[in-house]
Amino acid sequence: MNGKANSTIAIECLRYDPQADETPRYQTYEIPFTDEMSVLEGLQYIKDHLDGSLTFRWSCRMAICGSCGGMVNGVPRLSCETFLRDYYPEGLRLEPLTHFPIQRDLAVDQTDFLVKLRSIKPYIIPEAPKPVSEGTFLQTPQQLDEYYQYSQCINCLLCYAACPQYGLDREFTGPGALALLHRYNADSRDAGKAERMGLVNADEGVWGCTLVSYCSEVCPKGVDPARAVNQNKVESTKDYFMRFVAPRRNR
Amino acid sequence: MKTYMRTMNGWWRRNPFYLWYTLREWSAFFLTAYALVLLFGLARLAQGEAQYEAWRASLATPAAVVFHVAAMLIVLYHAWTWFKVMHKTLPFVRIAGHRVPDGAIFAAGIVSSLVLSLLLLWGLA
Repeated sequence: MNGKANSTIAIECLRYDPQADETPRYQTYEIPFTDEMSVLEGLQYIKDHLDGSLTFRWSCRMAICGSCGGMVNGVPRLSCETFLRDYYPEGLRLEPLTHFPIQRDLAVDQTDFLVKLRSIKPYIIPEAPKPVSEGTFLQTPQQLDEYYQYSQCINCLLCYAACPQYGLDREFTGPGALALLHRYNADSRDAGKAERMGLVNADEGVWGCTLVSYCSEVCPKGVDPARAVNQNKVESTKDYFMRFVAPRRNR
Repeated sequence: MKTYMRTMNGWWRRNPFYLWYTLREWSAFFLTAYALVLLFGLARLAQGEAQYEAWRASLATPAAVVFHVAAMLIVLYHAWTWFKVMHKTLPFVRIAGHRVPDGAIFAAGIVSSLVLSLLLLWGLA
């Protein structure tokens, strides 16, 4: 503590009650604040002491569950690893992740992402089934390095809130799901690439990306989704021209 | 379930990052305009010396100078952003098993374009 011990900070929250409100409104809460308080702890203080009706999602409090994403002063952030001290004394404005429909207060409807996540087949599809008796799949450090950073995704959706192309056209598969698609395609144990190329090549696939690359700026896990998407523009181009030289495998 | 969807109105003004991105996209128009001026000059050169000299005189007007200074600054920004994102468009580059850092790819792009530009200027001089 550094002399701010008895001070307070103002948190302005977007409020939306689907049963009562036609449009969202804003409500400001004045909460006691200490240097080590996260934005999430600020929200929990409001919920416990000031207004039990405030709705927001959270779980792990340590940037691994991906539940507490929101807009802090218009920037997509995980509220558990964002600290109130960085907004003192001006205060801060909290809004639900942009580009998603608001269900209530700070909670958004994630259905669109979950459907897309399932569509990219986010699991290893081996060339042939391998019984446990035959041992594990072996991988060199370099083969691991090809996909490791993309496997760090926690599905927090900050990248979708950062992506104006997703906001303008919600058909776009989007940074997170495409990065996870690449995570499996780039895995040496996986042979499902041909099944996933249709999604990469589609109008709503990688070509919907214009390399704004703000997704990679806001990613809390260093995934760099813009890189995964744009590496796949090369893959998509190769896939397109290869049809003239080699017959395609069955999808 | 009833939900509320916010609009995208003025999205490019919401964040400085988007503003720089919008400028990057618009910079392509200045690049095209500059290329068209140059192409027009080439066509005038094919028509003869008098036409070519007339084209050169038209470039000496204040409006043309202002356009070219603005276009150069914007094209320099365009080139900067181009190299800044270049590593994202490449598969991982490895030398002796080690991944080449993103910063090195950016620096290699900037340095090689500077060297090539200087060689070109030296060749013209």
